[in-house]
Amino acid sequence: MQGEADRVIDARGSYCPGPLMELIKAIKEEDVGTVLAVLSSDASSAKDIPEWVKKAGHELVGVFEEDGYWRIVIRKSR
Amino acid sequence: MDLKNIVVIGGGVGGTLTANYLASKLKPELRERKIKITLISATDKQLYEPGLLYLIFNKMEESEIIREIKYLLDPDINLVVDTATRVDTSNQVVETEKGSYPYDYLVIATGSKVAPEEIPGLKEGGHWFYNLEGARKLRDALAKFKGGKIVVSVMGVPHKCPVAPIEVSFMLHDFFKHLQMRDQVEILYTYPINKVFLMDSVAELVADLFDQKGIEYKTFFNPIEVDAKNKKIMTLEGEEEQYDLLIAIPPHKGSDLVINSGLADKGGWVPTDRFTLKVEGYDNVYAVGDATNLPVSKAGSVAHFEAEVIAENIAAEIKGLPPTARYYGKTMCFIETSFDEATYIWFDYETPPKPVMPSRFIHWTKIAYNRLYWLTARGIL
Repeated sequence: MQGEADRVIDARGSYCPGPLMELIKAIKEEDVGTVLAVLSSDASSAKDIPEWVKKAGHELVGVFEEDGYWRIVIRKSR
Repeated sequence: MDLKNIVVIGGGVGGTLTANYLASKLKPELRERKIKITLISATDKQLYEPGLLYLIFNKMEESEIIREIKYLLDPDINLVVDTATRVDTSNQVVETEKGSYPYDYLVIATGSKVAPEEIPGLKEGGHWFYNLEGARKLRDALAKFKGGKIVVSVMGVPHKCPVAPIEVSFMLHDFFKHLQMRDQVEILYTYPINKVFLMDSVAELVADLFDQKGIEYKTFFNPIEVDAKNKKIMTLEGEEEQYDLLIAIPPHKGSDLVINSGLADKGGWVPTDRFTLKVEGYDNVYAVGDATNLPVSKAGSVAHFEAEVIAENIAAEIKGLPPTARYYGKTMCFIETSFDEATYIWFDYETPPKPVMPSRFIHWTKIAYNRLYWLTARGIL
């Protein structure tokens, strides 16, 4: 699978901004370099999460469309 | 028929209304002692929390927003003022500090509370109006404020009354305008996501009004620490923001009771069916109001509309009728846009909100409802 992650945040079934807020909670807990994947069934996450990742200075590994949901993979960079 | 025990935990909006609606629907069964309704509340008083927004500007007094629960409840309801310590779902018993209460039906109405301790430095460096103690301190701080920068910062979602941070920003504008100090006060509003509110239609209206009133705003702003000594907020995005007065909307969490009883998810919220309001995995346990994990507002109106559904279904089951009521996400929120005008939003799971043009009339309706709420609590309005 493209974009393997150290930690997967399954936020499927939760709506905007649920998946982003779940990622924000998780990123506070992890060390720099950790790769996190957010699973979201809400289409707006595929846009909003990359936008936040850029603003917060982390690395967007990729946005992958899976079967009925999106997998957004990021690396904590600072 | 054996006596059926209905136990409600929590003396806020959701608990009081559910108990009162049940008492009204099951009056004959109560009188014939076929059922017993017990409401367990940790305090003997109820606080009308929306009133805190007015209290901080000296527009409502404590005596107007606090009532003794015993005067709000139907006299046939058994009120127990005691702290529930554990729900034992295998034996269907609620344990309290002083006793234990078996149940056939349980309603969890344990609410949410602010957790300022989750942001280091916030307790020392910030104010909030989401509980009585915080609102009293903020009222004094606002009255003494000599000018400078006020930051209204939403530090986590979900939080109670999603629109209150917007309302307080608008009201700060008028408060200082009337004190002829507006030119000496900078107001900055911050929000965690990339717009000023969760819902697009409201976010657009609010951003427009912020611009008109000279209220600044920053989005994607997630505070992780407050430096109380140097009056600075540090964010996850790597920013620092200076302030003279910080009005925080602290992170919220669910009650210790549901967490300690294993009934909550990791955020402290009770997993609840969005339509039946039954707690997941239980057929006779319901959750109402702020306690649930539902993607709806943590607001009094939600607790009110949910209470109607729960009471209708429990009453139907007791009467041997099919329980067909469903909650459909119905929510109603007034939004004060100044000291004199307001708008409102009405939405459900499928219908997004459409705010109407702010008007004096809607503001007066809100001011009237601040008094009429005590009729809602009694199950009358």
